[in-house]
Amino acid sequence: MAGARGLALKRPSALPGFGLALGFTLTYLSLIVLIPLAALVLKSATLGFAGFWEIVTGARTLAALRLSFFTSLFAATVNAVFGTIIAWVLVRYQFPGRRLLDAFVDLPFALPTAVAGIALTALYAPNGWIGSWLAPLGIKIAYTPNGIAIALIFIGLPFVVRTVQPVLEEFDRELEEASATLGANRRQTVFRVMLPALLPAILTGFALALARAVGEYGSVIFIAGNLPFISEIAPLLIIIRLEEFGYAQAAAIGTAMLMISFGILLLVHLVQAWQRRRFGR
Amino acid sequence: MTDAAIAPLLVTEQRGTTVTTEQWPVRILLIGVAVAFLVLFLFMPLAAVFVEAFRAGIGAYFAAITEPDALAAIRLTLLVAAIAVPANVVFGLAASWAIAKFEFTGKSVLNTLIDLPFSVSPVISGLIYVLLFGGQGYFGAFLHSENIQIIFALPGIVLATIFVTFPFVARELVPLMQEQGTQDEEAALSLGASGWKTFFKVTLPNIRWALLYGVVLCNARAMGEFGAVSVVSGHIRGKTNTMPLHVEILYNEYNFAAAFAVASLLALLALVTLVIKVALEWRYADQIAASRRH
Repeated sequence: MAGARGLALKRPSALPGFGLALGFTLTYLSLIVLIPLAALVLKSATLGFAGFWEIVTGARTLAALRLSFFTSLFAATVNAVFGTIIAWVLVRYQFPGRRLLDAFVDLPFALPTAVAGIALTALYAPNGWIGSWLAPLGIKIAYTPNGIAIALIFIGLPFVVRTVQPVLEEFDRELEEASATLGANRRQTVFRVMLPALLPAILTGFALALARAVGEYGSVIFIAGNLPFISEIAPLLIIIRLEEFGYAQAAAIGTAMLMISFGILLLVHLVQAWQRRRFGR
Repeated sequence: MTDAAIAPLLVTEQRGTTVTTEQWPVRILLIGVAVAFLVLFLFMPLAAVFVEAFRAGIGAYFAAITEPDALAAIRLTLLVAAIAVPANVVFGLAASWAIAKFEFTGKSVLNTLIDLPFSVSPVISGLIYVLLFGGQGYFGAFLHSENIQIIFALPGIVLATIFVTFPFVARELVPLMQEQGTQDEEAALSLGASGWKTFFKVTLPNIRWALLYGVVLCNARAMGEFGAVSVVSGHIRGKTNTMPLHVEILYNEYNFAAAFAVASLLALLALVTLVIKVALEWRYADQIAASRRH
């Protein structure tokens, strides 16, 4: 600690335990998170860039990555629209059962993904409660990419609602009154004044839902059908490669997925920086 | 905003006369859309779990959750959570003490790194430990010669679970402790209390509800994790199957009633988690960090 102070890395404090707490934190973080993740990158590096590129752009891998990304994009878009409506309704309107619905929004965070997966499959299978209504119309959900989208909508919903809700709660009503006073009708106030202010929160929720959906496994595999090139998601392909003892291939696909997730998170940071610049917080 | 302050506003809102709300047909439509979406995507799957679980009758339900493999899965799930959750509590306390009570270089980097596991796919969370400790992994040969098994055994399951639940406690405590500052601790120390005494008598009581909140969320994820555990467990019935993995095996054997019976226990856990979470948010909103909304 004395050394740390000498280098002025830590501001002096009257409180004890900094060395112990930070030392334990860094050791635990390194052992559980950093070293294992480094092993992933190291393993895919053994392939060399050409080898890595060949695996990641192989037809089956590319199909799986593309499927994971685009179904996630679709699900996150659906969640951005309906999540915003749900947040709006929960914050702005009083109606019986509002608090129950509010609490219920977190269900996808609390319900184990495997349970969600088999429940959604039971609902959307051709003989299920919902699937049996859709089957005569020629709409198939379970065991197709549509089923993947349904599962991803389920797990992504709370991200949008929970990021938009607090921003809407703190929204200054005087802005709405000013807008109305200046002659805007309600639709103009909502679409020209309020939604632009909510947009950064909606985009953040959208990106968080997207990042979660790209890596999702448990709720998807039961409903997907898992046919290579059609309904095989990237995380499943990792497990298949691992079962064939293709450690390096699995690591390469994993590294590609990590890069996609970090790209999305970078987007979140940029959106939040933009929000701070625009709204000063 | 207090309820009293917005009460007059709500009355006029209900008449639909103020300029800061929508016309009533729009309101009804939006409420209808929100409720329909939540019923379709959240309520119906939950209901389906319980309906399917009891489809074969109450006798079959209890048979399914008391057969030896199911009991072994329940025991393993409880054991894994009993190791992983306390480990992350100790980490969360240490991390939040260092981050919230001190100013040091690299703090924001550390904060970002703690949240890292949330942005990693569950499958990758398992994969990284297989790469390290699996048969062909970096330490595979060494572990084999020492006769230590990590992958396809309890240690691997615990490690994967710790990884996926890593940030839960820390992210509840850090913002709250940052808000609380260091005055209380400085007062205790200046009155002669030791560092540990200050921590246990001053800091810990200040953060107890936020800690409980983090533990409840951490525990729900620890008991329900599927993807990460699935990669490292090896699916050995009665030995390395946790409850979610047992559900998968039963389901893939077309034993749907039994699969949903075990799943209903996990769904109950989710409901209990939500009830505790909401109760803590209502009762102790001011003592849970500003980040209570996820």
